[in-house]
Parts: sequence; C-alpha cells; structure tokens
Amino acid sequence: MSAPELVWSTLAGARNLLDSRQISAVELTRAHLDRLDAVEPALHCHLERMDEIALAQAAMADKRIAAGNTTSMTGIPVSLKDVLVTRDAPTTAASRILAGYRSPYDATVVERLRTAGAVFVGKSNTDEFAMGSSTENSAYGVTHNPWNPERVPGGSSGGPAAAVASGEAIVSLGSDTGGSIRQPAGFCGVVGLKPTYGRVSRYGLIAFASSLDQIGPFARTVEDAAITLQAIAGVDRRDSTSSPLPVADYRSALGGDLRGTKIGVAREYTIDGIDPAVEAAVQTAINQLEELGAEVSAVSLPHTRYALATYYITAPAEASANLARFDGVRYGYSKDAPTLKAMYEETRGEGFGDEVKRRIMLGTYALSSGYYDAYYVKAQKVRTLIKADFDAAFDQVDAIVAPTSPTVAFPIGSRTDDPVQMYLADVFTIPANMAGICGLAVPCGFSDGLPISLQILGRSFDESTILRIGHAYEQATDWHLRRPSIA
Amino acid sequence: MRLTTEQVEAVAVLARLGLEPAELERMRDQLSSILSSIEQLDELDTAAIPPTAQTIDLTNVLREDVAEPSLDRDVVLRNAPRQRDGFFEVHTPFGGGDAES
Repeated sequence: MSAPELVWSTLAGARNLLDSRQISAVELTRAHLDRLDAVEPALHCHLERMDEIALAQAAMADKRIAAGNTTSMTGIPVSLKDVLVTRDAPTTAASRILAGYRSPYDATVVERLRTAGAVFVGKSNTDEFAMGSSTENSAYGVTHNPWNPERVPGGSSGGPAAAVASGEAIVSLGSDTGGSIRQPAGFCGVVGLKPTYGRVSRYGLIAFASSLDQIGPFARTVEDAAITLQAIAGVDRRDSTSSPLPVADYRSALGGDLRGTKIGVAREYTIDGIDPAVEAAVQTAINQLEELGAEVSAVSLPHTRYALATYYITAPAEASANLARFDGVRYGYSKDAPTLKAMYEETRGEGFGDEVKRRIMLGTYALSSGYYDAYYVKAQKVRTLIKADFDAAFDQVDAIVAPTSPTVAFPIGSRTDDPVQMYLADVFTIPANMAGICGLAVPCGFSDGLPISLQILGRSFDESTILRIGHAYEQATDWHLRRPSIA
Repeated sequence: MRLTTEQVEAVAVLARLGLEPAELERMRDQLSSILSSIEQLDELDTAAIPPTAQTIDLTNVLREDVAEPSLDRDVVLRNAPRQRDGFFEVHTPFGGGDAES
C-alpha cells in the first residue's frame, strides 16, 4: 500500500497491516504527518502538531509490535480535541485565555490511549471551550470543511471531525455537550459517537457543562468507532460520575442483520427549515433499515421542541460556574491591574471570546438571585420531561433514528451574527445530552457534494445496539467509502 | 423580554467580566433575544415535576480517605502568571482598591 493510500486505512485495516509487519508504525505515522503537511494549509484542523512526539510514540509502538505486546490502538495515529489535557503538548481549548497552557497531567482518555500505544498527531481545533457549532468561535482561526473549504466543518469538534475526514488521523477524540461530536461528524461525512453520560471518564476534559459533557470517537467506520470506544470506556476513580457498570464488548456486538430490532421514528424530528435533501436521505435510510429486517414504528417525543431552550439555560449555567476558574491567578492569560477585582475583570474580558462571554453572562443571569427558579430550576424540570419522553419511547423500541442536523454544512460566516440561528444547528442532537443517552452519527447521503448524516439514538449504556444498527446500515451502503477530493 | 443596560452591567460584575460599552450594548441585544426564545418554556406547567440535575444513577460516590502523592508543586506553578516563594501571587483582596467588593 502506498503512503497516500495509508492515510485512508481504517483502524481495523491498519491494525492488520501493522501486526502482519506489512508496514511499520513509523511509516504509518510519517504518511499521516506528510498528509498534515499537504492539507493543513487549506483546512487548519490542528492547533498544535505533535510530530516529534508522534514519531517517538511510533518507534515505541514498533518495538511493542515486534515483541508481540500490542493493543487495538498500538501505532494508530490519533488526533485529540484541544479540550483534552496532555502533559507533553499545549492545551488551549482554542481560547486566548489558555494560550501556551501546559497541563501537569494527562486526561484519563489520553492516558489510556497513551498506555495502549497510540500515536498522537496533534491537538485539533474546536470552538472556544467547545462552545459553538462551526469552529468559527476558535480564537485561532476556523477549520475548513474537507468537502468544501468555503463551508464550516461543524462544531464544536470541527477539528477532530475534519482531521479524520481529510486523512490526517485514522481516528480522533472529541467531546459532545449538545451535539459537538455528532453534528461535525455529520457535516464532515464521518462516523461520530456520543457515548452515554458516565461511560467515558471526563477527568482532564476541560469542563464546559459538567452534567452534559461526554468524550467520544470520530472514525471512518462504525467498527473503528467501536474499537476506539472500547479503548477509552470504563469507570475512573478520578471522575465520580463515571459509571461502574461493566463495559460491553462493542466489536462483538457488530454483525448480522436487523431482524427483530425495533427502531422508532419520532415525528417531532421534522421541523420547519429542515433541508428537503436531508429529510429525503434520512427517509431512504429508514427504508433501508427496514429492508435489513428492522421493525420500524412511530414513536413520540413530545417535549423535543423545548430541548433547545432547556439546553440554553442549563449549559450556560454550568459553564458560568466551570469557567470561574479562569481568573488569571493559577494559569493562563493574566492582565496585571491595580486591584484583584480589576485583574479578574480585565483578564476575563480580554481572554474570553464573544460566544464564551455570552454564555457566561447568560448562565450567570440564569443563576442569579431572583431568576434562579424562573430559569435554572424551570430548565431542570423540563429536563425531567425530556428524559421521560425517551424512557417511554425506549419501552417500545430499541433505538430511535433521526437526522443528525437539519441542514448540511453551512457557509463560513453565514450564521456568526445570529446566535439563535447558530444554535438551531444542534436542535436534533441536544435532546440526547439532556437525557444522558448515547447517539451515533453515520453518513447517509450527499447534497451538493456535502455529506448528510443519520443519527441513531440508544438507551443509556446500550452503545452496542446503536453500533450494531449503524454497522448493518454501513455494510449495506457505500456513503462511508467516499473521500473528499481535497489535495 | 428586554434587559436594561443596568441589568447587563450587574450580571457582568457578578461574572467578573470586563465589557466595553459597545460590547455591553451588543450583549444586551443578544441576551434579550436569547431570553425571549427561552420564554417558550413558560408554556409548560411544571409545578408537579421534579428537577433533573444529572442523568446518571449514582449518589454519594465514596472512596477510602487515604493520602496519596499529588502533583509536584514546581510543575503546578509552571503555569502561574505570578508567583513568589512557592505560592501563587495576587494583589491583596482586602483594603486597597477592592474594599468595596
């Protein structure tokens, strides 16, 4: 296999090539670093390249492979969203306030991949503190969609999504608070998985909204996403919200047809403003699932229309508390000022970007005396209703399918002046975060050369079922085999 | 729902966010617009509904109270904007110009 082809291998395929010594981890890594040289100027998926570290990790991986001491991830090039702290490369959360920050420790997911022998090619771009739907809120420049550089890659994990879509990494890790894995996976035509809240440790993920955040993989196939989830999932004593439930064998869940699998379609996932091409592609995908043996029926999630408003109270409220730690005292940007209060205000005023300030303000307002019950408690109560909708639906069906996003990737700059319009990009992904359930995005078509994505939602801790459905769909279609023409 | 400039200023003080006057006005417009769309929740009668703060079925996650090595002080202070004698350094929070806050 030539170097240009290597960058399009799947994780499972690269594993075979490495273990059978047809290629070395150093060769595989060099092919990816060359790919970064070629496409980064046009795409800007990464905020920090880790070439030297990657080559050292690859050399170590080759030794492990020679000794027969491999894991699923040994020698595999991985990109890490720049909200995951790493002890050997800067972590900025794409914010000026963390320019040059060096974490004293690794996030648990980083540590697990490092121990498994993975190769880190770099820290990938995101909206500042993962707040956004397009990566346009990055303080260090937008990432371009590999399918059309005039379009956004989605967000907030636009960098990790575009990195996998453009051949810069075989898999990547992102975080999903309201759709930040699934939506960019959809916009970039790759697989994205948001695990159940609590399935993956959040230790070392720079916190945005602690009751919603979850780390998950991007990959080119459902099988690769399953393998990557396996490598990062499981309880962690450093995250008391990580679940002690046993981790399933995700890869062995794949295979077979869908006979007996009950799939629900919620009418509430059709909204005004949905792109007809998206609606048509998702309907075609639903028909295909039926042909594969699934029993498709209608379900109702009546409070779906309230999820966006609920999210835009809950997430900013939690963010306003989490981002209080950026005060110019212990790390990050700090403005010297005559008083402590002025130092706080100037540091934060200059260090944070517009969207982050907007959400801190919104969250502070929602938590402030006199408004707490009207906004924050109200949102928590509606959250109960949204969760109850899913609980009732999952009594009838094993999974729910819907579009990942109402549109394909939109033009860069087209929504930056209108926050409410920007927030609509996440209207179909937010409910899963509110309920804590898992969700998978898989490619299901194209419109004007831009990918369309099918979202498969599953019960809490039942990643196996949505992976099995996604895998069966993938085996019957070839959308996931298409590659962008970039460079 | 239209916020007043004074309300926006008060929230900025609570959040310790220094905002320029033009930023304050823009924030006033945008927050007002977002809050208006959030008012949709008032359609729902939630008087009898309990709140959900988080979705995982875990409470009081405990461990043995055993001391373990923590991060090395020099490594932690490596990122400090200002430090002295092994401590983070800040202006005095009492007296000086901060007495009113």
